[in-house]
Amino acid sequence: MPITRRRLLAAGGGLALAGATAAACGSNTGRAGGGSGGGLSHWYHQYGEAGTEQAVRRYAAAYKKTRVSVQWRPGNYDQQTAAALLSGSGPDVFEVNGPTLDQILGGQVVDLTDLLKDVKDDFQQAVLAPKTHGGRIWGIPQTVDTQLLYYRRSLLDKAGVRPPRSLDELVDAARRLTDRRTKGLFLGNDGGAGVLGATPLYAAGLSPVTADGTVGFDDPAAARTLAKIRRLYEDKSLLLGAPADWSDPSAFVQGLTAMQWSGLWALPQITKALGDDVGVLPFPADGPAGKPAVPVGAYAAAVSARSGRKEEAKEYVRWLWVEQTGFQQDFALSYGLHLPARTSLARKADRLRQGPAAEASRFAAEHGHADPLLWTVASKVAYQDALSRIIKDGADPEGQLKAVVRTTEAELARVRKRS
Amino acid sequence: MPPAALRRRLLATGRRQRNRTLWFWVFVGPFAAGLALFTYVPLGWSVVLSFFDAHNTVTPRDFTGLGNYRRILSDPEFRSSLTTFAVFSAIIVPATFALSLALALAVNRLRWAQAFFRSVFFLPTACSYVVAALVWKMSIFNGVRFGLANTVLGWFGAEPVAWLATTHPPWYWLVIGTVRLWLQTGFYMILFLAGLQRIPVGLYEAAALDGARPGWQTFRYITFPALRATSVAVALLLVINAFQAFDEFFNLLSDARGYPPYARPPLVYLYYTALGQGQDLGLGSAGAVVLALVIAVVTVVQARWSGLGRREE
Repeated sequence: MPITRRRLLAAGGGLALAGATAAACGSNTGRAGGGSGGGLSHWYHQYGEAGTEQAVRRYAAAYKKTRVSVQWRPGNYDQQTAAALLSGSGPDVFEVNGPTLDQILGGQVVDLTDLLKDVKDDFQQAVLAPKTHGGRIWGIPQTVDTQLLYYRRSLLDKAGVRPPRSLDELVDAARRLTDRRTKGLFLGNDGGAGVLGATPLYAAGLSPVTADGTVGFDDPAAARTLAKIRRLYEDKSLLLGAPADWSDPSAFVQGLTAMQWSGLWALPQITKALGDDVGVLPFPADGPAGKPAVPVGAYAAAVSARSGRKEEAKEYVRWLWVEQTGFQQDFALSYGLHLPARTSLARKADRLRQGPAAEASRFAAEHGHADPLLWTVASKVAYQDALSRIIKDGADPEGQLKAVVRTTEAELARVRKRS
Repeated sequence: MPPAALRRRLLATGRRQRNRTLWFWVFVGPFAAGLALFTYVPLGWSVVLSFFDAHNTVTPRDFTGLGNYRRILSDPEFRSSLTTFAVFSAIIVPATFALSLALALAVNRLRWAQAFFRSVFFLPTACSYVVAALVWKMSIFNGVRFGLANTVLGWFGAEPVAWLATTHPPWYWLVIGTVRLWLQTGFYMILFLAGLQRIPVGLYEAAALDGARPGWQTFRYITFPALRATSVAVALLLVINAFQAFDEFFNLLSDARGYPPYARPPLVYLYYTALGQGQDLGLGSAGAVVLALVIAVVTVVQARWSGLGRREE
């Protein structure tokens, strides 16, 4: 049969239609089973530690009541989940670095208070507080992440510098440890604006938002402390532009810096490379009212309010992050190093009983602070921008902080109106 | 022609016309529907949303009138993002224009291996902005002593420079500017080459007979005026592309914790406002409308000024 142009077009159109139909039937909507009687969909952000993905898939496979499909999502996870929560095609269960107050007020996450009915006191209260709003709990902390100041003992000894106990000592130590090959301190490639966040405010004895919901840093002490972070930049004591950022210990391990601000998760990699030649400290106190500061935070398991299987999802979250203490311990301690969210599990953990890990665990318990729920994204961004201008441009700390106070007050008024 | 034959002929013509209309919609319809569904409906929705308080929702609830427009226009960060665009545009538009024209002139004069050099300069266009930005950030312009740029500086005894973190002087513009130049110059070179090859050789011969010296004089009075249409199109495309800058800025300057306040172009600002954890979709939509209007005004003004579309005399 001769193939005419019309026949060829008809055949092509038919194939395209068949292809489109097949694609529509089998498209990956992000939900397990294509929404037709499938199981639960559980999203995780991509962890850096080897073995974590296999571990969470193993936990999901062990759940017998319903099938759970795990999605391991690299890239901008927070943006991905925020967009997914706007539509019905998102996850049933997802881990979240929050949830944020606007996600809670917007009715995007499910109330999980009853899951912790009998064990609430066993969770680290510092990380549970930002998951709580209006007396209800909106996310179950999975593990506790904390950040610390790592230092090379041998380099400090060689320079005749003692581990810094105050911010002034830190500035002085960083300057004395800086030479042509090694910088004194690494606070991230932006000079600390991003990772430090509100930590210097806590070190000055202040907070971003007080317990009664007012601005907590409208105080001259805040400007004084932030000016000292600028001093580090001016002294050229800060490592900037490292190939890997603060969360990765490469710069510290490779000898590019004598001290680095990083997460507890980096400790196994650091001790493997440097052995005992490492110590940890909290962010040092500043001023008469100051105290050492250790940021703590937790990714939490949350249930999407758009899920068609909310009760099943809650049941699964209870099983995994409340009942399965073996899995929780494995997740916190077997890949990288995190503190178990349950204090009873943290107490039992051998890996947290000696050396820098034990010190870190103690610092987190004694000086741990988490960003309050009322410290909204808009306030954080305004503060971070101000910190960046103070550090890099030498902008006046008082003037910069005044603008952030105004933004924070407006944000507090906005969320109060919505609550 | 007998009336029956005329009627048959008219009927056949009508059928052919109907068939043509049918086939027009068969081919164009799906694309038109896709355009309407995925571009015009969201655009319209965004305009509607810009009049509402829409935190973490795309469903308009609380009407705020022009509140979001007032907020976005009074936000110093948004205004600073427009300034960033102006600076970026002022650097990148003339630089790309001059470099791509110079390359086109050089390649056009080659008597041998012209295709090879054309390909060499055009190839970076095929590279992703994300990949190029990461190569620039991690390998060439990282701030440690073993980065490529710092290694070269080290040979002359200079201290390593934190290229992306130094605001005084603003070295980050060098990184942002060079990556975009590398990526886009080849494309505009091809446009200029096409323009150059359309200039009749006889024009140069006549000029030579009239005593025009080759080189600058010929370029100034023959080549450049003959490239007017191409030059106008290139300049317009460069300005629109500069407005849409996102990939290299985002990948060079952002990290997991955010984005520095300097060199934040409008699209990065809107990305963080509407799609970041802030999820202020009402404010983000108002910003998008403002930005679209600014682009439209700039494009119209530039087109009128340069005479785009004006009939050649």
